[in-house]
Amino acid sequence: MAEHKKEIDQVTGVETTGHEWDGLKELNHPLPKWWLYMFYGSIVWSVIYWILMPSWPLVNGYTKGLLDYSQRAVATENFDVAAAERAETGKMLLEASLEEIRDTPELLEFAMAQGEVAFGDNCAPCHGTGATGFEGYPNLQDDSWIWGGDLDTLSTTISYGVRSEHDETRYAEMPAFGRDELLEKEEIVQVANYVGSIAGLPTQEGVDLEAGKVIYEENCAACHMENAKGDLETGSPNLTAPTYLYGKSVEDIIAQVNAPRHGVMPAWIDRLGETTVKSLAVYVHSLGGGQ
Amino acid sequence: MSSQVEPIDKEEDEAWFASAAKVYPMEVKGRFRKIKWAILFITLGIYYFTPFIRWDRGPLLPDQAVLVDFERKRGYFFFLEIWPQEVYYLTGLLIIAAVGLFLMNAIAGRLWCGYLCPQTVWTDLFFRVESMIEGDRRKRITLDKQPWNAEKILKKGTKHFLWLMIAWWTGGAWVLYFADAPTLVYDLATGQAAFSAYVWIGILTFTTYSLAGHMREQVCVYMCPWPRIQAALTDEHALNVTYRYDRGEPRGHLKESKKRIEEGLPAGDCIDCNQCFYACPTGVDIRKGAQLDCIQCGLCIDACDSIMTKVGKPTGLIAYDTDVNIERREKGEAAVYRLVRPRTVIYTVIILMIAGVMLYAQLNRSMTDLSVVHDRNPLYVQQSDGSFRNGYSLRLLNKHNNEQSFTLSVEDMPKGATLEVVGIHKNAADVTKDTQLSLSVDADTTRSVRALVFSPAGVEMPSSLPMSFKLVDTETGETTVISDFFRAPGK
Ligand code: SF4
Ligand code: SF4
Repeated sequence: MAEHKKEIDQVTGVETTGHEWDGLKELNHPLPKWWLYMFYGSIVWSVIYWILMPSWPLVNGYTKGLLDYSQRAVATENFDVAAAERAETGKMLLEASLEEIRDTPELLEFAMAQGEVAFGDNCAPCHGTGATGFEGYPNLQDDSWIWGGDLDTLSTTISYGVRSEHDETRYAEMPAFGRDELLEKEEIVQVANYVGSIAGLPTQEGVDLEAGKVIYEENCAACHMENAKGDLETGSPNLTAPTYLYGKSVEDIIAQVNAPRHGVMPAWIDRLGETTVKSLAVYVHSLGGGQ
Repeated sequence: MSSQVEPIDKEEDEAWFASAAKVYPMEVKGRFRKIKWAILFITLGIYYFTPFIRWDRGPLLPDQAVLVDFERKRGYFFFLEIWPQEVYYLTGLLIIAAVGLFLMNAIAGRLWCGYLCPQTVWTDLFFRVESMIEGDRRKRITLDKQPWNAEKILKKGTKHFLWLMIAWWTGGAWVLYFADAPTLVYDLATGQAAFSAYVWIGILTFTTYSLAGHMREQVCVYMCPWPRIQAALTDEHALNVTYRYDRGEPRGHLKESKKRIEEGLPAGDCIDCNQCFYACPTGVDIRKGAQLDCIQCGLCIDACDSIMTKVGKPTGLIAYDTDVNIERREKGEAAVYRLVRPRTVIYTVIILMIAGVMLYAQLNRSMTDLSVVHDRNPLYVQQSDGSFRNGYSLRLLNKHNNEQSFTLSVEDMPKGATLEVVGIHKNAADVTKDTQLSLSVDADTTRSVRALVFSPAGVEMPSSLPMSFKLVDTETGETTVISDFFRAPGK
């Protein structure tokens, strides 16, 4: 810069900076000094910042700074604060009955939020994100329940599971009428067609439904009841509507009577704790099928 | 002259940066000074005292007319109440403010800068304090030059003390907009206010003191973006504080110009007394023409007018005028003032339009509201009796400052359709399915509920049936209807 010669622009009488673009020369309107000092000040500040705060990346990690600040630590702290706040409401959930939770707007809102998250994390893999289930995994949205759809029953089922390893698990087992040779092959076809007919499914041709009915009354009615509506107490499914767990055709019924499949639901109480299980029960109940 | 630019020999110095020259504006009297005082009193009065205006806000809130409630996320302005989802009012206000600035600029240049900008108003106040303590221009210059002694220490000390008091009061008034003012004043005085209140007062004390006391015109010349934008917005018909060089030049002291007249030479009205320059708060000599540094405060007009009156010449040597008019007068044509031109008309229309929209929105603002989101997964559920169920998330909004009860119903569904709201029932025993349900929402809040709608059994449903939810305020009868769809496998 030392070589540059001062020039005065004739029109304005202002000194130029000596910079020229396409014949246009820039006039020198000097910046105020305080501006420069603020610039120096910010440089000084940046050095102070480097010393105090985490800033420079190193090969292994980074410079931590004297204040030992870390966003991760702050986030963890906030998380703990939030958890403590949740625990407050959680305590209220613990003390309230499921009906009280459902009928108290603040508790309900909390339980719904917690239930929704817990459902997504734990239940959705089997029952689906929309809780509509899959073959072998019950639909929780409709109003057909195997073990019952009221709040307390839901809570019990979620807590202890079905055929789980928990001592208090719900348990039901249908005999394998074919595999264990309790019924003849033909009898199985007859009873399956009969059951299909009450559920309104298309039956196979030339099958004696009357014979099927007799077989039903002798072998099935004990659990599934005379009217075939099932029994929530024993976990015997309702057979009058095609809401079957393992397929919705007569062939599927034959397979099930022959050698039934028995799904397992884990017990959640030890893993999730009572508060979350309560929230889950309220949430599942609120989906619409609750009774 | 061979070239426009000629090299000069001058030693390299720190010419890239210059120390700011302190400006010592002289006190003037006159029309514009009066206007500026009036505006100063009105604007500062509004700023300092608005938080103390009372307004009935019900039992939950302080009875304050203007209040920004961060905790509950509401803004209150007299009869207006703004919820977070209504910030578009703020957007509207900001647009009006921006276009308002454009309009001012098109009419008379930097009206904002000269009279209304907080920087100008507070700086003006600080100048006034300064000249009250230290005396007018001459005395201040002398005081600054003289060595430190008891008098100088006393005067400077008093000035800075008063400045700091004003600055502190400014910061104090600011925080009053965010809580109940009288309570907060008491809490602040007794040291019980929130820590953040003190921090904010500290910050605003610092900014007011340094910007209005020390930075002054430097803010306008170097820090503020508005002068740059103004320069791009102006046109040749915008009135600006203008030195009428057609009348003023050639300038000269009284004796000089008398002599010139005797000699038959032309002589202008400007007596070169420099009063306009001394009066200028930004240190501008307006006689050099329009400049970026000029905030168009009109004080040089006052200064010049009083001189013109003294020497017995017509006032208005410096006045709000346009370059177009100066040229026309030079040619002997009459001056034209075109206030109504496309840009002023367009700006006005924009302002009126937006104000109209906002007014309409305000007049039709509901005290209750309802929003609905249909379940996405599953869209519908078939019940064991063959009917269908759809789930919805509803959000009910009650802007009243007391608990309000409502009836909720579904409309446009086939006869026999029922509604259930999770957690709402008529008798203690069971959840109620009905065509219409009652529920209440707490004061000034929203309530989210899950609603289930059931189609009647045995009725065939189309794949998508337009239907709606109706929310009726049982007390006021205010009705909100929001439409959605009922989905079924259908055809
Ligand atoms: S230049 Fe900026 S700070 Fe100065 S008076 Fe105008 S708007 Fe205000
Ligand atoms: S030149 Fe005149 S109008 Fe412009 S800032 Fe100075 S005193 Fe105000």
